[in-house]
Formats: sequence, C-alpha cells, structure tokens
Amino acid sequence: MVAKKFRVESSKLKEKTKIIKLPLSKKDVLSLNIGDRVLLSGQLITGRDKIHKFLSHERPDIQDIPVNLKGAVLYHCGPIIRKTEEGFNIIAGGPTTSIRVEMYEHQIIADYGIRALMGKGGMGRKTLQALKDNGCVYLHTISGAAVYLADRIKRVTGVWKLEDFGMAEAMWIFDVQDFPAIVTMDAHGRSLHEEIEKKSYEELKRLLGLP
Amino acid sequence: MGTLQEGIVKLYRKAATSLPQDVEDALRRSAKAEKDGSASKTALSAILENIRIARKTERPLCQDTGVPVFFVKVPRKQSQIDIQNTIIRATRIATEEVPLRPNAVDILSDKNSGDNTGIGFPIIYFEESQDNTTTVELMLKGSGCENVSQLYKLPFEELKAERDFDGVRRCTLDAIFRAQGRACPPYILGIGIGASRDQVTRLAKYQLMRNLKEKNNNKILSDLEQRFLAEINQLGIGPLGLGGKTTAMGVKIGVNHRHPASYFVEVSISCWADRRASLTW
Repeated sequence: MVAKKFRVESSKLKEKTKIIKLPLSKKDVLSLNIGDRVLLSGQLITGRDKIHKFLSHERPDIQDIPVNLKGAVLYHCGPIIRKTEEGFNIIAGGPTTSIRVEMYEHQIIADYGIRALMGKGGMGRKTLQALKDNGCVYLHTISGAAVYLADRIKRVTGVWKLEDFGMAEAMWIFDVQDFPAIVTMDAHGRSLHEEIEKKSYEELKRLLGLP
Repeated sequence: MGTLQEGIVKLYRKAATSLPQDVEDALRRSAKAEKDGSASKTALSAILENIRIARKTERPLCQDTGVPVFFVKVPRKQSQIDIQNTIIRATRIATEEVPLRPNAVDILSDKNSGDNTGIGFPIIYFEESQDNTTTVELMLKGSGCENVSQLYKLPFEELKAERDFDGVRRCTLDAIFRAQGRACPPYILGIGIGASRDQVTRLAKYQLMRNLKEKNNNKILSDLEQRFLAEINQLGIGPLGLGGKTTAMGVKIGVNHRHPASYFVEVSISCWADRRASLTW
C-alpha cells in the first residue's frame, strides 16, 4: 500500500514539472504553486547584497539599468566567472542565502516589476506579502550545486556594476537552459519554508520539553 | 617534491574542487534514506552529480569558496611569518589559477581586494608541532553557514538550558532550528565548550576538520555526538530545508576547561560542502 502511494506521489510530482520560457507573465506566475518543479529557459539576472542595497537606496530609473527588470527572474547568486578573450566564462554559479535581502526585496519587487526571485533558504513575511500583492514567486534552486547549475548557464550575456561591486556582487546577465528549481513561496500566500519551520518547531518543543 | 608554496596552491585546488570521501559517502547515505520522487531526493542526486562533475573538471564545487582558514603546526624555530607570507602568496596564485572567488572585502573602502588577501584574511592559526614536520590544514568554509553558527552563554533560561550536557543539547537543537534550510543542509556540526568566547568559536570550527567516520576517543563525548545527531534528524528540516530525514550528517564535540562563572557553547555549522584538506611538509 505504502509503496503504491509513493508511486502515485512521484508521478504527480513529475506531472508538476513545468517548462518555463522567460520572461514570466503575471499569468504564468499565478499558475504556480508551492511544490511545483520548474525548468527555466531564457534570461536570468543576478543580484545579491550590494545590488539590493543600491537599488533600494539609489532607486535608479529603469532606463539607467542596462537590462530590463520587468518580468525578470532575480537570481540571488554570486558566481565565479573567468574573463577570457572571447568574453566571460561561467565557472560556478549556485544560489546564495536569500534571507539577507529580506529588508529590501518587497520594495524592489514593487518598484521594478520582478516576477520571480530565485535563491536558497526562502524569505520572510514581508517578501511573502509582496509576492501576493505584485504577482511574483520565490524559486528554490539546488543549494551548493554550483557546477551542475553553471552547466545550465549557456552564456554570460552582460554585466553591470562589476567595477564597483566586484565579481561576487555585480549584476550578471545569464542565458540559461533547463535551469531547475522548486516553487517554495507562491503568489497565493503560501510558503513551504513557513510550513517546515512550523513542523520543526513542534518537534523542537517535544525534544526540549517546552510548553 | 615542490615548494611549500606550490603545495599550498594544490591544497586550495583539492579543497575547493574535491569533497572529502567521508562527506560524500554520508551524502550518498542520506540520498538513499529519502523517499523516491521527493524533492529532497532529487536535490541530493543533483548534489552528488555536482560533486562528481566538480572533481572531474577541477572546478570549485561551490561558487562560495569561503573564508580560507588555515590550522598550521610548525616545528620549533621555524618562522611563522615566513609561513604566513608563503600562505598569502599561495592564496593569490590559487585565486587566479583554481580559480577561487575573490571574497576579501576591505571594511574601510568596502572594496573587494580581488585576490582573497587582506587584513586577517585568510585566517591562519599557528601551533608548534611535536616533531620536525610542518602540517598545514585548510578549511574553505562558506559564509552562508558561518552566518547561522551561534554562540551561547549558559545558563539560558528560554531554552531551559543549564550548565551541563543537557544544556549543550538544547543549544545545539536551537541553533539548527534557527538555521532551518538557509545554509545548505544536510549540515555538519562542530561544537566547542569552554571558558571564553574566542576560544570556543575556534575550538568548534576545528571540530569540522574531523573525519565523519572517526569516533570521538572520549566515550562520553562520542555518545553525546550520536544522540545529538539523532535528535537533530527528528526536526524534519531535511536536505536543502525542503523537509526529510537527514538534516545533519555529523556532530563533533570538543571541550576545554572552563571558569566557574562561565559556560560557553559555540555551535559551528558547516554546509554539506565541508571542504577540508591537509598536507605534511
């Protein structure tokens, strides 16, 4: 019985793998639910600590940013990239911890029309609310799988703020194919991270004998 | 036999691109334990594939090549400054050649030095060795997991943590609960207990150099390590924090004597990529 149930679950999960061509529309975003697996193809834009602080404080106009953020996937990532005569080569590019940009993200989603965030570890309440208010999702990709993911980045097509912020903190523009992720926070107010945290808190209380 | 500088460049390459076998084996076991078709199982398969590709193509298995931490044992009369300078030169070369991600940011200018060197960067701890050899151990600790490591001062009433091993257990579970999936679980924990803050943080971090397959020589600590590990895995946070059976793969405890007034516990958390390598000169 149990084995059968698992088979059903696994086929259900397979059905849920969605192939997504970027950029995302609001309709695409609303069709996604927590637990859905996605494979992304198209343009990814990176941004981490310094980019978030900069966008939040300086509020540059859309035309001053060399890439269109509307409908974009903002990938929390500080890659290793090597400059060669032919251009930039991606060496490693896994996700960084997303919660560090929690204080900025809700505003950036609203100001720049970001349709998806991607990183690891999930984000907090303010971001979850902004996902719902603006039609945006949070995607969890594979923590630490830096070369596995880099091999799905077909080309580095541009970079912004490399001089000012350095390799790890610049805004990189990637062209990706079949980049894997799981929806862990959706535009309908649900967060897989919150659900797991709640369950683990019950276990913690039991193990510590706390009320 | 090349120079020590060449040896350290090689050490960087090995630590960054090739996960120790004991850690890889533990990941393999945790992948087996997860349900077929679950997100955690799929993710762990990708992680194992990542480890294989990184080793084969000699690329860093994680883009965060971390803050390099060196634990060096030098023979009597060997100049530590000479070794320090050698490490700094090797760091610059390794950053270019491996390559490592430049991670050293100047606090004053907020600029990245570009070569992983700067004030107190990399971190180097020296000790004197018992014999005529120089031993260089290197850990590349990612900063996602450094950020969730936690220092506790016992007693800590909120957790009902008193000054005893049960108090240490409570801190350990609390630290992992707080970390959730933010720092790339399944985790490895180094725990340091002792008299002062600076001492226990270093002691805890050094525990992460220990092989997961080697048991603690002290029976009391060895039992505690197993109990803590079993209880952490009841939290259900799981690989990547997406739920599942393996939240941690190992717990290692180190102790120092303490002051009657103090009982400090550091829980140093490593991501699954516990990158370490060593050489003897």
